Amino acid sequence: MADILLEGRDLKKHYPVTKGLLQRTIGWVRAIDGISFTVENGKTLSLVGESGAGKTTAAKMVLMLERLTSGTILFEGQDVYKFSPSQLKTKYRPRVQSVQQNPWSSMNPRMRVRDIVAEPLIVNTKQTKQQIRSRVLELLDQVGLASNQADYYPHEFSGGQRQRIAVARALALNPSLVVLDEPVSALDVSIRAQIMNLLKDLQAQFNLSYLVIAHNLATVRFMSHSVAIMYLGEIVESGEAEALFQNPLHPYTRALISASMLTLPEDEDKGVKKIILSGEMPSPLNPPSGCRFHTRCPEVMDICSKVVPEVYEIGQQRVKCHIYANTKE
Amino acid sequence: MSNIILQVENLQTSFFTRAGEFKAVGGVSFIVHEGETFGLVGESACGKTVTGLSLLRLLPEPAGKIIGGKIILNGRNIMELSKKEMRDVRGTEISMILQDPMTSLNPVYTIGNQIGESVRLHQGLRDDMVDDEVISALRLLRIPAPEQRLSDYPFQLSGGMRQRVVGSIAMSCRPRLLIADEPTTALDATIQAQYIALFKDIQKQTNVGIIFITHDFGVVANICHRVAVMYAGKIVETGPTSTIFKAPKHPYTTALINSVPRLDRKDDRLYSIEGQPPSLLNLPPGCRFAPRCPDVQEICQKEQPPEVEINEGHTVSCWKVK
Repeated sequence: MADILLEGRDLKKHYPVTKGLLQRTIGWVRAIDGISFTVENGKTLSLVGESGAGKTTAAKMVLMLERLTSGTILFEGQDVYKFSPSQLKTKYRPRVQSVQQNPWSSMNPRMRVRDIVAEPLIVNTKQTKQQIRSRVLELLDQVGLASNQADYYPHEFSGGQRQRIAVARALALNPSLVVLDEPVSALDVSIRAQIMNLLKDLQAQFNLSYLVIAHNLATVRFMSHSVAIMYLGEIVESGEAEALFQNPLHPYTRALISASMLTLPEDEDKGVKKIILSGEMPSPLNPPSGCRFHTRCPEVMDICSKVVPEVYEIGQQRVKCHIYANTKE
Repeated sequence: MSNIILQVENLQTSFFTRAGEFKAVGGVSFIVHEGETFGLVGESACGKTVTGLSLLRLLPEPAGKIIGGKIILNGRNIMELSKKEMRDVRGTEISMILQDPMTSLNPVYTIGNQIGESVRLHQGLRDDMVDDEVISALRLLRIPAPEQRLSDYPFQLSGGMRQRVVGSIAMSCRPRLLIADEPTTALDATIQAQYIALFKDIQKQTNVGIIFITHDFGVVANICHRVAVMYAGKIVETGPTSTIFKAPKHPYTTALINSVPRLDRKDDRLYSIEGQPPSLLNLPPGCRFAPRCPDVQEICQKEQPPEVEINEGHTVSCWKVK
């Protein structure tokens, strides 16, 4: 595959669980446990999963807000963990920006919009005040805000407008990759559409790559070029978005799509049934043996609780499930 | 059709604040039948939760007040009941499930204690009989090993189980009408599917009428028999679920449905409604959707549209529809 911007190889993050006065480590929470993915230039990869799947931890690793337990992150082919702190500040951080879920907590309420959007420029560049001022107005215009709103404070805006400010701040340094952690889930339905359209327009305009963290599958189908479905710290299925949504292979992906699919009362009369999983996601402190999904899988076999499944490549999808053992090419 | 358990006529609720009168609910009317799930859908601040709280007469006083209309529950107008009489109605005739089980359960009391409280208050049972009632309520919501759950605290349960406990409290006195305010919003997709399937079963068993308040059209389609779409304190369209989804007549309903991305197809662009809902302090004189409506006419800005029944059970408030 050509044109890979960011690649994560076998990423792991284990958090220690400590106990007692001496903080002895009594176990490990395996928040992410060996995931690999690639983000292509100008494309969107979405990490999807329910709470506790490890998708936000994965985003934190990419943003280097926390250090990996093991694994490699390559940015334009360079290992980001081998960067010195000063290289990191010039070569990586300005080019990888983020937009957080909640626009009510991601901005300092005491700063004016002008200063919020200018901050990355002040910290990372040596531009003059005049240059920064005109850049801020340009950015606000790009996200659909008026220039006279630059002197307002965040509380004077609605949720959707605030998320636009957050996007403007993320774009200030002309990044290559933007990590969007649940960018629309805190917003109202009609406002979500505005922000999602905006994000798509900006991607086309500036050839941005997005790493989207989301739990809403319909949002993901709209936004993504490729998708990775996470369950309990692992990627169970990944691939080209349309292929995956049209023909989900892993039983968990199927259940997730079925649960989120819109079914009208008459569909039910026609015999359309939702796949309802029993039980809940087990604790990452003590994940099940073999395939981690076997405790809830509707198609569980004997082998599933004993052997960890391999990743099988089928068409444009990669799936980690024993069902596909015989279809190996 | 089966018996009507709730009839709401022109309900108006306002909050009186220093900034002025906040018209949260501006005259809504609907009915709920026995064994039916009725959806109230809309975006934040459209008045759906305040409608729910008004039905229970649990508005934060003195700011919140029902200023007009009738709420007829099982044949009597509960607006005329005294506070004490209303207390007897809550729990046994009508009850509520709130959105976030983290905040609707008390962290320092056990599960048994919290479900027991409503049983004791509303059914007046002796202490030694309370536990049996509690266990049967837990069993109704299919909580595994209910005997052992009695002495558990909320933090020992997962989000999905906690929301089932909240459901047990609401169902413990077998009410005729249940108001569920975004009960699945805080839950994960697969757990949400479990919860909805469970409630469909409970409804078959007990024939309870449910008012389901949500902003999620997917959930509405899945559980509701009939739906009312709310905008800025008013119901703009009411009808059977499939009709609302397949042939919406009000421009707001159409826009709202089109602005939600679909899981069963790839959209390149979403329809988006420009602008924002009007302030409830200062509502436009005509149709409340007029400032954002793509099909706006002159009359829309001046007069409020009447409610028109275009088919049996399908009503729309829009000047375009005659």
